[in-house]
Order: sequence, then structure tokens, then C-alpha cells
Amino acid sequence: MPKNFYEKVAIVGVGYTPPRPLTPDVSYKEMIYEAAVKSYADANLASHKDINGFITCAEDLIEGTSIFDEYTPDQLGAVQKPMHTITGDTLHGLATAVMNIQTGLMDIVVVEAHSKASNIKTLSHIINYATDPILNRPLNVHPTYIAGLEMQNFLNRTKTTLEQCASVVVKNKKNSLRNDIGCFGATLTTKEVLESPPTFSPLTQLQMANHVDGAVVFVLASQKTAKKLSKKPIWIKGCGWISDSPTLETRNWASCDYAKLSAKMAYKQANIKNPKTQIDFFEVDDTFSYKELEHLEAIGVYKDGTAGRACMNGELDPDGKTPVNVSGGSLGVGSLLEASGSLRTLEIVKQLRGEAGPRQLKKANTALALSWRGIPTTSGATLIFSRK
Amino acid sequence: MELKGTTISKQDIESGKVLFTRGDPNAHYTWDTGIGIGRYLEGLRKGKIFGTHCKKCNRTVIPPRVFCELCFSPNIEWRQLKETGVINTFSICYVNWDAQRVQTPHLPAVIEIDGATKGHGILHLLDEVDPKLIKIGMKVKAVWKRPEERTGAITDIQYFKPY
Repeated sequence: MPKNFYEKVAIVGVGYTPPRPLTPDVSYKEMIYEAAVKSYADANLASHKDINGFITCAEDLIEGTSIFDEYTPDQLGAVQKPMHTITGDTLHGLATAVMNIQTGLMDIVVVEAHSKASNIKTLSHIINYATDPILNRPLNVHPTYIAGLEMQNFLNRTKTTLEQCASVVVKNKKNSLRNDIGCFGATLTTKEVLESPPTFSPLTQLQMANHVDGAVVFVLASQKTAKKLSKKPIWIKGCGWISDSPTLETRNWASCDYAKLSAKMAYKQANIKNPKTQIDFFEVDDTFSYKELEHLEAIGVYKDGTAGRACMNGELDPDGKTPVNVSGGSLGVGSLLEASGSLRTLEIVKQLRGEAGPRQLKKANTALALSWRGIPTTSGATLIFSRK
Repeated sequence: MELKGTTISKQDIESGKVLFTRGDPNAHYTWDTGIGIGRYLEGLRKGKIFGTHCKKCNRTVIPPRVFCELCFSPNIEWRQLKETGVINTFSICYVNWDAQRVQTPHLPAVIEIDGATKGHGILHLLDEVDPKLIKIGMKVKAVWKRPEERTGAITDIQYFKPY
């Protein structure tokens, strides 16, 4: 593995449709087209014909269409161009785009990710198809129990309290109130979070992100082209992605290795020795309340059992020492399924460009995004971004 | 040549001698049709076939779309097309979903709709035609469901037949 990237790659354009719980007015193709047009304009592209390659981050079962990348060229301007699916989160797609460019074969690459979760009538069943068909599915339990199992283990192992987990929800929903694309902003107390209906104990209703629809399109370019196209290129300094052994019976419940190892991979490339001091803010997966804390500890920003206290103390607030999910995260903005990493990256691009409006952080030079592919996976990706 | 080995019988499976786990998918979707295809289907419900015209590329396409996939412009015009067309390509299908042979073959065809740019049309079924007589370039027209039976779906056209 190279110690440093061969060629610097930057995000030079971003376009998106605001996430919404329902989008009956547009097809997924029309949604992606809107995001693509905005993104290409943001990147100052003279024409969509200047783009060399395209990536869609999608799962066929989620889309309800097999070989899904057959259906993505039209709305991206990718007709008769290289186009392929990455069956992963947006961060996996961005990492792939970086490598595409680093081969030297492509100069400008587009990454698309979207969610039409509202169109999936049996989403829990679709998610359940990711569990083992012979050993797990016959038990016939709603698959979010897996988050309950993981949270139980995390609380026991780290002595994190339920109130500390609830404080993540309070923070992120509050942050979302200052984000114009947030769908689930709210002013809540930890008591209200914990007294919301129990779901998959120890989880309660308000500790689980809701799904939304939306599309995000990124334009990435090589160093030379990025500097030509954009006054504010956002450089990708490191990419890591890891899949652990996923078997529910034998996985390592005691350690969040996909986060730990993907961060380690990204830190090495970005020359990060101390993430807490070298990275200004973090956008990490918070599909469930405890995940934000678990992720922060796994990537070495906090020691085991200390992230919850930091959240309670306000350290993770926008004006705290370690701002986390200033965007509102998935709990506040909504979960875009495989496009959830798009929202993490979108917030980072806005912050690093100084375009985050009312939630603009004073210090925003380097940031980290972490995605998780959701239950039942042990897969995730980490990217590190910088203004320089 | 006689092959050595033990065959698995239906009874072996039914009696549990060979183990397997059965799974029946529960995958249901309701795809939003959106602006372009939504208006197309609304037209079909009214017995009309619509396409869109890109002025820049001078192409009229069907199924319609709210942007041109070639020049990427949203500057399109809606145009009502004819309910007639010519067969671009077809297949005579003798095998059913369960691999059984069918008595009356299914006849899918791509029909280039009159008024659209060459190469643009509808994928549908042919009927009221002797399969042996079907050929590329054959003129066909839409046979519609009765207005009260239409739901705003591609099946509002029952099939195409020669005329």
C-alpha cells in the first residue's frame, strides 16, 4: 500500500436534491438529473462530455432493478461512457473514483448516490435478505434486532449510559434545525428520547434514523484539472474501507473493526497521527444513537467509554472541542441508505468551502467522514478531506 | 457411456434426506413514475401517445423524458404521436415462465412509432397476426382497452396488430 497518494484528487462539484421523506413528484431518474445538473454547474464544467467516467452507488435489491447501472447513464450524461455500480456507500464510490483518476486513465469522474426509500414497501424484508438465509432468516425477527444486540454489547463493554446515547440524538436533531436540508430537526431532552416507545431494546424510537429520499452527485478531478475548474477544490487526502467477517454468531461484537481499520488506512495516507488534534470536525454515521459514540471511539478520537461523556459535556457540539455531525447526521437530516455517506461528504464540502451558512464552523480545514453500510453489515469506509 | 454416481430423487428431497431451506421473497415496490413517464401514462389512459422533442438535437423520443440524454438539456417540447408504427424487431416466444412450451406463442416487438425519430418506439406485444407473417418493417397499430378499463399503464394498449 502506498504511504501517500500518487496523485492528488479533489471534489470540485456537488449537487443535490433536498432530502424528503416522500418524493412522489419525481422519478429517481429525474431526481438524479437535477442533482447532476447542479453538480456540473458547481464544477464549472463546460459540458457533461468532459467527464471521463461515472459511478453509481447502489444495491439492486434496494432499487428493485437488477443490473442497476444499466439505468443510470441517461440522467448523468453518461451515455456511451464508462459507468459502473459500486454496491456500497457513497464513500466507497468516492474511493473508487479517486483510484480511477489515479490510474491516469481518467481526469474527471462523477459519483452518484441516491435513495428512493419511500418506494420500497417492504424495506425491512429487503434488509433482512442481507442476513444468512439458512441460519438467521428462519428465526423470523425484524432485522433491526441486530442493532439492539450490538448496542447492548457496546453499553456493557464501555459502560456508556443510555442517557449518553440519548444525548447524541438531542445534539444531532438540534444541529439539524440549523441545516436547511434537515428533515427531522427538533428540540428534545434526553428524557423524551429515552421515554419514546421502545423498539429494539435498548433502542427507543427516537434513537433510530428515519429513511428519506434524495440524490447527491459529486464531480472529482485530478490535481491539475481541479485547480483549473474550481477556486475551492476539496482535496481527498485519504481513503479507507474495510469489511469484517459478518457472521452474526461469531463476529467481533466487542470491537468496531471496520471503523477502526478503515480510519487507520485513511490516516496513513493522510499522515494523521492524532485525529483529535489534526482533524477539525467529524461527520460519522449515526444511523442509531450509539453508533456515533462507537464510531468515535473506534477511529481513535475518544478512548473506549469516554465519547458518551464528551457528548453530554458539549464537546461534540458545533462550538465544542470536537464538533461531530454539525449537519445533524442521519438522525437529524435523515438516512439516505447507500447515499448516507453523501450527506456526510456534502456537509464537509460546505464547511471546508466556508459555505455552511448559519452552522459554519470557525475552524474548518480538515475533516473526516465515516460511513457504515447499516445492519447487518460489518462494512464501512473513512475518507479524510482538506482545504489544502 | 454409463455415468457413475447416485441420482437424487424427488422422494429424497421430500423425505428430508437432502436438506434445504426454503425462502419466499417479500420484495414489494411502488416506483414513482415522475414527471416524464407520469405524463406518458396519463396520455395512455386518455388513448393518446406522447413523446418529447429536443429542439437542439432535433429528435423526438418515446418513451418521453424531461431532459435529453444526449445534449443534457431540459429544453424539450411535448408532442402527441400517432398510434401507428412499424416493427423494428420481434421475437416469437414458444417457452413460458415455467419452461413449458406454449400453444400460442408470445409475440414481443419493438414498434417504432410514427412521428418519433427513427429508432424510438414502444416495446409491446403483437396479436391478431399469423406469427409466420410477421416481419421487420410491418405496419402495425395500437389496439386499446376500453376507456373505462384503462388505468394509466403501458397495458392500456392491449397489443399492436397489422393494419
